[in-house]
Amino acid sequence: MSENKSKLTFSESTLATAKKIISHYPEGKHKSALIPLLHLAQAEFDGWLSPEAMDCVSELLNIQPIEAYEVASFYSMFNLKPVGKCVIEVCRTSSCWLVGAEDVVRHIEKKLNIHAGETTKDGMFTLKTVECLGSCGTAPVLQCGGDYYENLTLQKVDSLLDKMKSEDKRRVYTKDEMIQI
Amino acid sequence: MAKKILLQHDHVPGINTLNVYRQHGGYRSVEKALKTLTPEQVLEEVKSSGLRGRGGAGFPTGLKWSFLAKPEGVPRYLVCNADESEPGTFKDRYLMERIPHLLIEGMITSSYALGAKTSYIYIRGEYFYVARILEKAIDEAYEAGLLGKNILNSGFDHDCYIQVGAGAYICGEETALLESLEGKRGNPRIKPPFPAVSGLWGCPTVVNNVETIAAVVPIINDGGEAYAAIGVGKSTGTKLISASGHINKPGVYEIELGVPVEEFIYSDEYCGGIRNGKKMKAVVAGGSSVPILPTELILKISTGEPRLMSYESLSEGGFATGTMLGSGGFIVMDEDTSIVKNLWNFTRFYHHESCGQCSPCREGTGWMEKILNKILNGHGTLSDIELLWDIQSKIEGKTICPLGEAAAWPVASAIRHFRKEFEEYVQRPSSIKDVKHYYRMHSTVDV
Repeated sequence: MSENKSKLTFSESTLATAKKIISHYPEGKHKSALIPLLHLAQAEFDGWLSPEAMDCVSELLNIQPIEAYEVASFYSMFNLKPVGKCVIEVCRTSSCWLVGAEDVVRHIEKKLNIHAGETTKDGMFTLKTVECLGSCGTAPVLQCGGDYYENLTLQKVDSLLDKMKSEDKRRVYTKDEMIQI
Repeated sequence: MAKKILLQHDHVPGINTLNVYRQHGGYRSVEKALKTLTPEQVLEEVKSSGLRGRGGAGFPTGLKWSFLAKPEGVPRYLVCNADESEPGTFKDRYLMERIPHLLIEGMITSSYALGAKTSYIYIRGEYFYVARILEKAIDEAYEAGLLGKNILNSGFDHDCYIQVGAGAYICGEETALLESLEGKRGNPRIKPPFPAVSGLWGCPTVVNNVETIAAVVPIINDGGEAYAAIGVGKSTGTKLISASGHINKPGVYEIELGVPVEEFIYSDEYCGGIRNGKKMKAVVAGGSSVPILPTELILKISTGEPRLMSYESLSEGGFATGTMLGSGGFIVMDEDTSIVKNLWNFTRFYHHESCGQCSPCREGTGWMEKILNKILNGHGTLSDIELLWDIQSKIEGKTICPLGEAAAWPVASAIRHFRKEFEEYVQRPSSIKDVKHYYRMHSTVDV
């Protein structure tokens, strides 16, 4: 992909963060930084990993592009297709399911007029169902832009969606207050 | 009785900051270990405490540490498993979010015992905000000279880093976690060699759960024997239990091991009973992977005595009538719960999370999900129940890592204890309620 015309590069501040992450590993073990750097790339380049975004990372780490592709496709948090400005991830596993996660998904599907896995036509919302988010004591739960929204009721979901209509939550990993992980 | 050792100060305002944490006795174990104990003495305390791995397997921590190879000139690593992803488990998140310094303190003290100059905390990607909290705590510890070079003038150097994962249940398995930490797909490794000999980047490595590492702090502060005096038999100390499902008071509870299960479920000190005045139907006591038990079996062991919240008592009766303490993910289901549909939910989870390396797991989990789908759609036959049983028996024990067992046990136990419900679904499909939407939750979403 290195011949691609639309070559992507990190902004200066993201590059600094990436270099700091790479320094956490011993000499010659920089490939360990791959997953954190893919997170950075996803945040920097509109919330998903295009081949160009992954190439930007593999170039930085001096690894083969396939090494980044095979990792990106393994982990469920990496989006390999374009997503909306707010990616809503509803937990569908065990405890959440026991206390009404299905109703939450059904409600959001109806409200946004999409099915799980789809993005609204205006490019605002993507709805995903995901496996256990580790929030079983405050179920049902959804996550958006790294934030947890717990003890959901359908009313809460309504006000949440209204509030998010004007937000862009794709850049969570490059927020100013982002810690240097 | 609730016995708080780890969560003693969890509600103190500002306990997430170094100052307040130190005002409440924080980092005493680091001072004690680095200034007055040899690494071998720290190991001895952990051994005598009887501490067992809190991630789910329950392997004695001191023994695991003693296996660590120590070849000359090769670095050793401590890796904290903060990939908490076992459905029903959220205790590590609570601990790290509330008292981040307790984990950092445990990392330093444990690393001193192991001779590890570098440690990593591998935390699941979804817990991104928790990683931020930990990072802040690490920064504070560096500023106070509790991390970095020559900690407290002891001559011991230590660096601690955080790495976030990106969504993969399998990375909670220690060798998959190490692969992921090396920037690869989370495919478990064949053991041996064990990480103690060849772990991170081929170096000797100990991988411990968050709660295990945190428990090292009170063990060093008060001594291994004092810790061993808490609990019952070989289940020493306290355990964090994540309680969820149809109970009045879901949440994280620290219990002294040995509390009766009945007390844990019905006492106002813990779960507060079943919500909406319903009756209890079943419990998954240790995270989704352990066998599900009906009410009569979870409350009493085969002799009729009360079952206790301990490693031994929960597994009493083997898989015929018992289960496991596991990760302490305690999921309670009321009388209206469909065991078949719940099993379908679990099975879909394991199908989704199988890494795909071993064919019995990769294919078998998918087949089980499909058969349960068929039954829930009202097209099941009696032979499908036998087929389910057959498939799970051919996954168990035939895979590189324990995800195979984790996927098989819920199926086996659901059929073992609730066969009538499966038969009812097959023979009277009209008894299957509210399945119109489940397929939507079923579809594995690839965005």
